[in-house]
Amino acid sequence: MSTEARTPPSAALGAGVALARQADYWLTVARRTWRATAVSSFLAPLFYVVALGVVLGGFIEADPDQLEGASTYLAFLAPGLVAGHAMQLAVGETTYPVLGMFKWNRVYDAMLATPLTPTDVARAHLTFVVARVALACAVYDVVLAPFGVYESWWGPILALGAQTLTGAMFATLVYGYSCRITSEAAFGVLFRLGVFPLFLFSGAFFPIENLGTVGAWVARLTPLWQGVSLSRMCCLDTLDAPTALANLAVLLAITALGWRWAVTGLEQRVAR
Amino acid sequence: MTPGIDPAAPVVSARGVRKSFTTKDGAVVEAVRGIDVEVRRGEAFGFLGPNGAGKSSTMRMVGAVSPVSAGELRILGLDPAVDGPRIRARLGVCPQEDTLDNELNVRDNLVIYARYFGLSRAVARERADELLEFANLTDKARAKVEELSGGMKRRLTIARSLVNRPEVLLLDEPTTGLDPQARHVLWDQLFRLKQSGVTLVLTTHYMDEAEQLCDRLVVMDKGLIAAEGAPLDLIRTHSSREVAELRFAPGQQDAALPGVEAAVAGLRARVEALPDRALVYADDGEAVLGAVHDAGVRPAATLVRRASLEDVFLRLTGRTLVD
Repeated sequence: MSTEARTPPSAALGAGVALARQADYWLTVARRTWRATAVSSFLAPLFYVVALGVVLGGFIEADPDQLEGASTYLAFLAPGLVAGHAMQLAVGETTYPVLGMFKWNRVYDAMLATPLTPTDVARAHLTFVVARVALACAVYDVVLAPFGVYESWWGPILALGAQTLTGAMFATLVYGYSCRITSEAAFGVLFRLGVFPLFLFSGAFFPIENLGTVGAWVARLTPLWQGVSLSRMCCLDTLDAPTALANLAVLLAITALGWRWAVTGLEQRVAR
Repeated sequence: MTPGIDPAAPVVSARGVRKSFTTKDGAVVEAVRGIDVEVRRGEAFGFLGPNGAGKSSTMRMVGAVSPVSAGELRILGLDPAVDGPRIRARLGVCPQEDTLDNELNVRDNLVIYARYFGLSRAVARERADELLEFANLTDKARAKVEELSGGMKRRLTIARSLVNRPEVLLLDEPTTGLDPQARHVLWDQLFRLKQSGVTLVLTTHYMDEAEQLCDRLVVMDKGLIAAEGAPLDLIRTHSSREVAELRFAPGQQDAALPGVEAAVAGLRARVEALPDRALVYADDGEAVLGAVHDAGVRPAATLVRRASLEDVFLRLTGRTLVD
């Protein structure tokens, strides 16, 4: 029977129809939270950039060759910081808020008693998360502009795409994780062993070559580095086609796998 | 007529339906162990049983949310494994725990839920106002859900389950946790729905609720069906007409029981000892009390009542419904 249950329901709604039916719910959530999002997406980058880029970065005198082509440490730091921020925001939005949908407010129980399927519900929720990440990164990118960290006007626009994709990748992965846990204690492990090391060692704060040959290769295998690298190449106008395409391919591949992981996670959770 | 929909099909038809799942620590739980059920259109059908009997698992399968592990299940003539969304479009579900959105106001809870069924905003709003009226919540339309009493929340949940004008309403423990007055208000509303042609499928561990609401019911125990029938038929089949309850001073029941058994031996009565009281099943409860008194047995308190589904359950399973 389990194989039969896994075949997609023939009577499922189209993706667009299902999204439209949930739009009012997510717009209400957005209305409730946009102010906090806007303020934090404006202030967080300002604090980071001033503290790390301007004040700490003032001590860093390095050749642009050592900084992946950036003329200042601030210009090196900024694009990676936004990519890291995209990850953190995506993780934040898919940990407690997703578990809460099962455990605390039980909104998913209500949604899944309607014609909506787990795929529909996961798609709408993740769309909301990705939209929110995109908006926050856009604000971040705009705040950074006066600091003179962009080499072209179109660079940050392309970078926003890379940052949003980075957020989408982490959103799907962590969504699937949150569907498979029963207690919020499991988030501690995720933050300590996943998010923090990635944020610190994926090339946002220093060139990964500084980690040594082995360390640099480990860093290149991490999902966040792909986003940091792509975001930086766009902002610094140092796009190297093979590297950029490789970064993009990895980001897209992990996001595709993450999407399956997210949907099967929700399906399994509901099937109990 | 929509293709694939048979109006004469039973609302629910289950044959040998099972549900098992594996818990985190690897243990396999068999929540439902092979049940056969048929619910007819327009009736009120109940699953009666204690907590852990498999009622909620059954309801999740009937709600086309949780797939069956084995057996054959048809809802409105459709297979939930294939036609889940189409089935759910025609069901109303009132879950055991309220799943209202606490951050939305009362009316928005209805409007947003209606949108999941594909109703336009205008129709959703219209329907929300109608249902607020039905649930006596019109003056609470702008209130936050958090401000509502338990009974009001339940009524709102039931109102929400009606936004799609369902043919079948599934109610999982609809009045658990409500005070007696709120329960009666709810029973009245459910009765009105049934009169309007909605099929009701409900679970309960309250015998009075089952007797009040259900045309037919099954008694569930440990994932199996122990008996099936109309409440009165079940009582007639599995119990005497009346029950005499004898309460003794603490610690004295065991010593008194042989005397009770001897006293009622001639009355075609059956004695059941519970931890806190002894039940004597007989057609004439007063005659039991007389015989016990004549035999010199002196209970601290006595009571004669009509037999209920609780007695049916006790007879079938050897246990009481509410622990």
